[in-house]
Amino acid sequence: MSRVAALNELAIEEASRRLRAREVSAVELAEACLARIAATDARAGSFLEVTAETARAEAREADRRIAAGDAGPLTGVPIALKDLFITRGIRTTCASKILESFVPRFDGTLAEKLRAAGAVLLGKLNMDEFAMGSSTENSALGITRNPWDLSKVPGGSSGGSATAIAARQALGSFGTDTGGSIRLPASYCGVVGLKPTYGRVSRYGMIAFASSLDQAGPFASTVRGAAMLLQAVAGRDPRDSTSIDAPVPDYLSGIGDGVCGLRIGIPKEYFVPGMDGDVERAVRTAIDRLVALGAVPVEVSLPHTDYAVATYYIVATAEASSNLGRYDGVRFGLRKGGGKGLRDMYGETRDAGFGAEVKRRILIGSYALSAGYYDAYYLKAMKVRTLIRRDFEKAFERCDVLAMPTAASTAFARGARTGDPLKMYLSDILTISINLAGLPGMSIPCGFDASGMPIGLQLAARPLDEPTLLRAAASYEDATDWHRRAPSLEAA
Amino acid sequence: MSEYERGSFEAVIGLEVHTQLKTATKLFCGCSAEFGAAPNEHTCPVCLGMPGVLPVMNERALEFAIRAALALECTINGTSRWARKNYFYPDLPKAYQISQYDQPYSEHGRLVIHMEDGSERVVRILRIHMEEDAGKNVHDTQAGVSKVDLNRAGVPLLEIVSEPDLRSGAEAAAYLRKLRSIAQFLDICDGNMNEGSMRCDANVSLRKRGASEYGTRTETKNMNSFRSVERAIAYEIERQATALNAGERITQETRLWDADRGLTRSMRSKEEAHDYRYFPEPDLLPLTIDPRMIDRVRSELPELPEQMRSRFVEQYALPAYDAEVLTASRPLAEFYEAAVATHANPKAISNWVMGDVIRVANERAVDAEADFTDLPVKPEALGKLVALIDAGTISGKIAKTVFERMVESGDEPATIVEREGLVQESDEGKIASVIDTILAANPEKVAEYRAGKDKLLGFFVGLAMKETKGKANPQVVNKILAKKLRG
Repeated sequence: MSRVAALNELAIEEASRRLRAREVSAVELAEACLARIAATDARAGSFLEVTAETARAEAREADRRIAAGDAGPLTGVPIALKDLFITRGIRTTCASKILESFVPRFDGTLAEKLRAAGAVLLGKLNMDEFAMGSSTENSALGITRNPWDLSKVPGGSSGGSATAIAARQALGSFGTDTGGSIRLPASYCGVVGLKPTYGRVSRYGMIAFASSLDQAGPFASTVRGAAMLLQAVAGRDPRDSTSIDAPVPDYLSGIGDGVCGLRIGIPKEYFVPGMDGDVERAVRTAIDRLVALGAVPVEVSLPHTDYAVATYYIVATAEASSNLGRYDGVRFGLRKGGGKGLRDMYGETRDAGFGAEVKRRILIGSYALSAGYYDAYYLKAMKVRTLIRRDFEKAFERCDVLAMPTAASTAFARGARTGDPLKMYLSDILTISINLAGLPGMSIPCGFDASGMPIGLQLAARPLDEPTLLRAAASYEDATDWHRRAPSLEAA
Repeated sequence: MSEYERGSFEAVIGLEVHTQLKTATKLFCGCSAEFGAAPNEHTCPVCLGMPGVLPVMNERALEFAIRAALALECTINGTSRWARKNYFYPDLPKAYQISQYDQPYSEHGRLVIHMEDGSERVVRILRIHMEEDAGKNVHDTQAGVSKVDLNRAGVPLLEIVSEPDLRSGAEAAAYLRKLRSIAQFLDICDGNMNEGSMRCDANVSLRKRGASEYGTRTETKNMNSFRSVERAIAYEIERQATALNAGERITQETRLWDADRGLTRSMRSKEEAHDYRYFPEPDLLPLTIDPRMIDRVRSELPELPEQMRSRFVEQYALPAYDAEVLTASRPLAEFYEAAVATHANPKAISNWVMGDVIRVANERAVDAEADFTDLPVKPEALGKLVALIDAGTISGKIAKTVFERMVESGDEPATIVEREGLVQESDEGKIASVIDTILAANPEKVAEYRAGKDKLLGFFVGLAMKETKGKANPQVVNKILAKKLRG
């Protein structure tokens, strides 16, 4: 650590401290990030839209608030949002042609809370269309590359949210995680990604993919940074009936208390045959490190793990098939065949507006809900979901935190899995169960494979036990320096 | 003899009734639920189905729903579930309607209806569930263009589904009237079929009398008045009977009632029916109803039509049918009770209300529902009118004239009687002299009467009334005539 970190490379907790100490201004921070975006985004492709002018205005306003002593921990911190968070006056596309020109006239809860906290919005981030995918290759509006190796995918669906952090274009970002869409790209890009407990963060203003699974969460270069971002957006929202009505703890208090005596559960089903040797070694070494720090290892079993992917692809596609019905060309977004009859308008609009993967999932989901198939598919999937949740309840009787790999391999080459949807779906095999059970989970950097690609350690905890999850993650992070490494992203 | 000849079969009818709850705001957002605003004035991102929005249930709608369930003697489920009913239509912004499907909030109730012939029928309620209304497509404002008005989208509805316990169009209409009156008494629905705040679909099938199996049914939609419901069902019964008599099978299908042509026609067959792909609504938690809420709503329930009907029979000694008619709507019942409070002759006032008052209200309403709150004749004035009859001040015949004047002018009956000199003449001396004149002018008729032609009494009464311009007290006329004719 000889080099002095540039402003855009600061961890959120450090930037927050310097902002309030008036050692740096919000405008300087924003400009540093905007300059980094300008220099690197042609290669990384994190952003679908950079809102430079509004970012500068927000930064000036943040500086005024700081000067007036009216600043919170995130005031002046430059962040960016996955392009499925509704932002008033800023195009919100879901990386889909069907919403390519959609400019909402209202703010979602997450955007509203971040605005109120004084965070500076740099722009909107690329993703798989409607959050359907594991590589961000399903974006209809742009290509996002892994900053560690531009020939590889960043993971998905929140690919842009991960690359913006890895490429040090923003200090923090938000993504959403339905089956691993925060944790997988965090793992592939070597950053911290946190999926909170289902219901911890309001879904109002998050464009829905699968309502019973979708959950928003932060990306940052450090665990404490992620904790600060979560702090700003967590909590009950009267506009979201499924948001949990429980007090929000102070996620930073106790985060540095260490893991002494903490029981770390190691689910045997998550060390699968055929998994990448480098990944397994790195994850086992990371667990050993936690044990060395005082944690107690416990082997646990999650016997229904094998059914998770199938269950997920029924529940998620069923909900998606219904959630995506509103893109009909009537009230907003793309309209094709408007001069023809109603059926033609629906057909042409949706045919032109949705990409292949979105169509595939709408078809699968519609089929799963069809009369005569509902019991065999959707109802059975809901039952298996209950079994999977019970697996975790049982495991958490014996441990406090689960530790396992986030993915069985590191980032793969662009195009390697696009021809084989099933192979692509299996990218999420280690993350999906946690969504089905509604648990908090995160991915933190724990090493690199032989080709220099990042490896993620996945941690999970009991519902609403983000404090323990963050404490374990911070303890590991404090003892390692993987999180300090960043890709050079120099032009090839 | 054909199997389906009249009398050998019976109709089996079940109704699905949608009642619009008159909450101030919509079921899942804060927009006004009021009828009649400019198109799309009462909309927001939630009821427009914008991306990223979520529904939040209106507690007031739940309270209204509980009122209905209690009034219909239903079981209220402690836990029920919202479901999505998926289909594409421009008036359905999300492409799904939030409804209830396999777990409605309320089931297994009953409603008793009383027919004009004194018979009564218990109609079982299968279920009641809550759901949101759709918007409205407008096709006629501009050629080649259809518009969508989403003011109504998200307005709360109750769907009340009966068991197939009805046997005729008249019974169906009676059931519907009773439901409406209950909804009005509960103050949860306007019950206006023309404005669509109450809508009804009818499932109709025929079966051989005594059979326990049901026949193939059709569902008839688009009936916009009580009369349409009655006519459409009667038509559908005839149509099915004719088809069955001709050896045809009934097709399970949805049919539309055409009120202008007085017939139903096929809209879509079972094969063309939508697969709504119902599944539990993941954006809402299961609906749990606290027993304390049920108790509170129960304790606040107003007197219901059935209770009021019994009370009318007991308190006013009215025939059951009178009580049924008078309690059909709360404004009507209130009109009646206010009139009786002014003058305690319940049966006479019942006759006036059931006859002239309802007639006038219907005439004034034309296509709309009768309105008893805004009549020119106030209930107190009707009471006073009947009091004038009972006091012998005016005759019943004159009272009809006075009533018409009251409708025209809104004046008090006593004022009209005085102004137009309609006071009944009961002075025996004056009436006797009129009768003397009549008898003197008609000696042959007098002779015929005395020879045994009793019927001629009416002839003399008529002349006396004519001579006195209807003002003579008929009892006095009768008495004097009888005496004088006896000679």
